[in-house]
Amino acid sequence: MAFEKIAQMIADKIDCDVNDIKAETKFEDLSIDSLDITEIAMDIEDEFGIEFEADPSMKTVADLVAAVEKKVG
Amino acid sequence: MNFKIIGTGSYVPDNIVTNDDMAKIVETSDEWISKRVGIKERHVSINDTTLDMGYKAACRAMEDAGVSAGDIDLIVAATISADSVTPNLACMIENRIGADCMSFDVSAACAGFLFALETAAGYIERKRAKKVLVVCADRMSKLLDWTDRSTCVIFGDGAAGVVLEACEDGFYDSVIHTKGGDDVIDIPTRDGISPFYKNEQKHPFLFMNGQATFKFAVNSITHDVKELLEKTGLTADDIGAVIPHQANKRIIDFAQPKTGIDREKWYVNIERFGNVSGASIPIALDEMNRKGLLKRGQKLLLTAFGGGLSSGAVILEW
Repeated sequence: MAFEKIAQMIADKIDCDVNDIKAETKFEDLSIDSLDITEIAMDIEDEFGIEFEADPSMKTVADLVAAVEKKVG
Repeated sequence: MNFKIIGTGSYVPDNIVTNDDMAKIVETSDEWISKRVGIKERHVSINDTTLDMGYKAACRAMEDAGVSAGDIDLIVAATISADSVTPNLACMIENRIGADCMSFDVSAACAGFLFALETAAGYIERKRAKKVLVVCADRMSKLLDWTDRSTCVIFGDGAAGVVLEACEDGFYDSVIHTKGGDDVIDIPTRDGISPFYKNEQKHPFLFMNGQATFKFAVNSITHDVKELLEKTGLTADDIGAVIPHQANKRIIDFAQPKTGIDREKWYVNIERFGNVSGASIPIALDEMNRKGLLKRGQKLLLTAFGGGLSSGAVILEW
């Protein structure tokens, strides 16, 4: 559930096909920089109603989804 | 008692440093800087001190207002790069323009113009001053670690000022916030050479946690603008133009839709100046004034954020 929402957010952010975003996709491969990740993290806060910080160690979509799921519980 | 801005002036050093020039100093590129912060070039001082820039901006603002130094009752300067700890910048501007009034500095980094306006508004409200010169000047280049590519490409040098005049009509309201801490933005001073002081010297240049600053900036703009609109009972349609602090074009791009104020009302000139700290907003204001983009009676919304952490928003009638 979180993956679908987050994948859509990323697709909206970088204007790409959501089907191109897989769990193992690296942000680097999507040309997403750290400010993009910060923007996505802030969108996640609004969408999921949580306090959420982007961690520089997050390299893939799966890393981001796992961190969000851990917060949501 | 309210006030109106009756004159604006700005000054930036002649020396223009492009992104390609920056790429010769640190490992960076025009593409990276343009995409990351939206800056193409900035002005960097060769000979101008902070006072030189503040003085020239002050003279232009007074000329635009049609006032002389003797008319000024109060000078409030906002800076984080004054040439001396004392005398402060405002006193030195008073000295150089030949005024004889009360002069002091406020320190609120990139939000300095709004804190200075707020201070001036208090003096005007208490009828302690009728004409106030507000000047923001910063030689950011002296605060930067020119080997740190994440920060040295962002800033520029410059100054701008406004002359305020007390009036019965007009409109001014504001929200001002601080959230004290040095973990997001910090520019330590030098510790000195006391033989007794034993603490380790912090790196005496600008430190900024980029992601935390971005988040603080976006949240501040969104929160402060909404809070001020609610406080004043005004709507987005009542606002003629928005002048945000020019820190990073992506902050503006991301925050603007959250405020509900149309994009075409937001004035952005960061591509030519970089982040000039507190002078960013009055430089933009002066540019708009001289281009004839401002209409008397229209409401301007200014919003800024910076080290402190400090932030605020102001609505005033042009």
